[in-house]
Amino acid sequence: MTTDVHATSFGLPHRKLAMWVFIGSECMFFGSLIATYLAYEDRSLVGPTPAEILNIPLTSVSTFVLLMSSLAMVLFLDGVQRNARTTAVAWNAAVIGLGGLFLAGQAYEFRHFYHEGLTLQQNLFGATFFVLTGFHGAHVTVGVIWMTALLVLQVLGRLGPERSLDVEVAGLYWHFVDVVWIVIFTLVYLIQ
Amino acid sequence: MSTAVIGHGSIYAGGLRSWLTTVDHKRIGVLYALTALFYLVVGGIEALVIRLQLAQAEAGIVGPDTFNQLFTMHGTTMVFLVLMPLAAAMFNFLIPLQIGARDVAFPRLNAFSYWTFLFGGLLLNASFLFGQAPDAGWFGYANLTSKQYSPGMGIDFWLLSLQVLGIASIASAVNFTTTILNMRAPGMSLMRMPLFTWMSFVTQVLMLLAFPAVTVGLIFLMFDRFFGTHFYMPSAGGTPILWQHLFWIFGHPEVYILILPSFGIVSDVLPTFARKPLFGRPFVIFSGIAIGFLGFGVWSHHMFATGMGPVADSAFSIGTFLIAIPTGVKIFNWIGTLWGGHIVFKTPLLFAVGMVALFIIGGLSGIMHGSPPIDIQQHDTYFVVAHLHYVFFGGTLFGLFAGIHYWWPKVTGRMLGEGLGKLSFWIMFIGMNLTFFPMHFLGLDGMPRRIYTYAADSGWETWNQVETIGAFVIAVAVLVFFVNAVRSLRAGEPASDDPWDAATLEWTMSSPPPEYNFARIPAVNSARPFWLHKYGPTRDTSTHVQDEGTPAQSPEPGERIDLPSPSFWPLIASLGLASAAAGALVGLWAVLLGVAVLVIGVFAWALQPLERPGHPIFGEGGR
Repeated sequence: MTTDVHATSFGLPHRKLAMWVFIGSECMFFGSLIATYLAYEDRSLVGPTPAEILNIPLTSVSTFVLLMSSLAMVLFLDGVQRNARTTAVAWNAAVIGLGGLFLAGQAYEFRHFYHEGLTLQQNLFGATFFVLTGFHGAHVTVGVIWMTALLVLQVLGRLGPERSLDVEVAGLYWHFVDVVWIVIFTLVYLIQ
Repeated sequence: MSTAVIGHGSIYAGGLRSWLTTVDHKRIGVLYALTALFYLVVGGIEALVIRLQLAQAEAGIVGPDTFNQLFTMHGTTMVFLVLMPLAAAMFNFLIPLQIGARDVAFPRLNAFSYWTFLFGGLLLNASFLFGQAPDAGWFGYANLTSKQYSPGMGIDFWLLSLQVLGIASIASAVNFTTTILNMRAPGMSLMRMPLFTWMSFVTQVLMLLAFPAVTVGLIFLMFDRFFGTHFYMPSAGGTPILWQHLFWIFGHPEVYILILPSFGIVSDVLPTFARKPLFGRPFVIFSGIAIGFLGFGVWSHHMFATGMGPVADSAFSIGTFLIAIPTGVKIFNWIGTLWGGHIVFKTPLLFAVGMVALFIIGGLSGIMHGSPPIDIQQHDTYFVVAHLHYVFFGGTLFGLFAGIHYWWPKVTGRMLGEGLGKLSFWIMFIGMNLTFFPMHFLGLDGMPRRIYTYAADSGWETWNQVETIGAFVIAVAVLVFFVNAVRSLRAGEPASDDPWDAATLEWTMSSPPPEYNFARIPAVNSARPFWLHKYGPTRDTSTHVQDEGTPAQSPEPGERIDLPSPSFWPLIASLGLASAAAGALVGLWAVLLGVAVLVIGVFAWALQPLERPGHPIFGEGGR
């Protein structure tokens, strides 16, 4: 609504506030998934176990990739706000590319684990791991689709500085999904 | 006298298309209310069949399988399709009016919430068409819900429709949280908000934070049933207790999601009819917040019988007792509001006072359950059924009926009949106690819940017969209410703008309000802005009054006000979402088809311009 540009009683545009509120809800969503993973960590009756199969170096690389996508996101927003169209398009493409790379890494990891004998049905580790990281991957996928839609708008010349809030809200979502991954990477991969 | 169903040819005018595309919070509120009242009848009929079966020992009206389906559908329907949406109807209609806003923050998301709720409810009830309604209780305890013990489609219908309903609730909660925080009229500080809006706000926050837990629990159940995982299966190291934790982390806040809106309604109704400001207003607000906060720390008091050990039992027990404090504060404040007031005995007041009285009984038996030894004694008996019905029926539903009778003139532009209103109240009050009070006796005598029959020599038949009579008395009361409602719509006395001489902003506008709500956004300088406007600063101690300003309600002829445009896309997106959920029962292609429709709906929605060019308030330009 136009109230985005009028004063609001809380001081934030509606969509930005709504995204923060939604992120609060998402914290409980991922919190429940992570808590279940931790509660079930030592309860699998058969292998493979996390220590046998998780590849920390590989995942460190994909974590780095996702972190860099957040940097690209910041520069994408900056480009839109400064009306530097080519820069903004380039950084948006970088967000999409890095997000896609992260997803490709996850696909490779899932496939590799599957061949090692870790499936959804194999044990509780498999079930909790795939559901937790799978839902995170689904969130990244939604983000990539969102950024791609913004890219189309950019190419059509419909994403000028006056619409930078569109990018800012998408960015909030993107950064949140990134932060969730840092928690998952720490709790699932680093602290076993 | 007009014979139109809803008079004044106003915001409700327009054909089917206008209703399918509406983004007006008032029309969406009416849609919520009509749908919820329909499901009230459905859930009520399920309860009546249950009561018929239990009226006699060893009766054979329905078999055990049907009985399981009936109590499961009764519970699920009443919680998710009646009490929550009836409250949602009031959030929709009233919150923007009470805070001085033109609409909610996201009108199309609001339409999406309604349609998603509607389709979720239809999906749940579609299970009847297959003769396989869910039958594992509204709490769906694992591993009764596993493929092994529930091989049919009933549990699939249940879990998929609850996911759809959860999405509707989260979308709505994001919307109303933003609306309340962001769209208050100038001067409407948080502490000046009407109590209904305040308690609704706490409710939205609870929905935001509680629903994800059950969403995750249902995702695990879905994976167990559809993909062969072992989240809840002891044979693979899993535990059914995980479900209980996830369900009750949602389920206990859900209890407050159901009761807090009624607390808000009562806190608005009592002052109006006692002709006094709410006693101890800040305490009522802060105790509502405290209830919401503490409500997140007590979920395991539903699980004492699982054997959690003395430390956990003690902690959850203490937390539960603590909730009695803010609840007691509210009750004393309500009594303090009535004390010394010039009480006007109208139907809304009767329902509100009835709510307070019945909720006290339900609250006290709740405190009894907070003690683990007593809880284990009463666990799974009719004592618990008595408790929860005093809270949900005596508390929530009486509060909602107080709200329906209070705001009916504002919504419809007609008065409800006082005679029929009072009659329906007294019949319902008597029927309610006749039905549910004897359950205390039966429960303490050991009659278990969820049994389809009992032995003739158990000695339980007399009280069960009394309860069945009571259930039909309740049905008569609901019928009287419907008669009253239809009579009011057809030939009721036209309502003035402010029939109860009330204090809050919604009464400053016409009944029903115009499409744009406030022609001028009002400036607010009191917690009782309209009262101040009418009677000056006497007895209003909540603020330092600058002037007697309130809404100037006189737009210039031909003035234009921007309103959000009607849109089909929220409906299409909901349809896609619900089809994807229903498609899980058919096959992958059906899920993908639903997702495709959802994606198309969302993108078309996002790209459609939001605003209809301003149209003249007066003249030919209006809808």
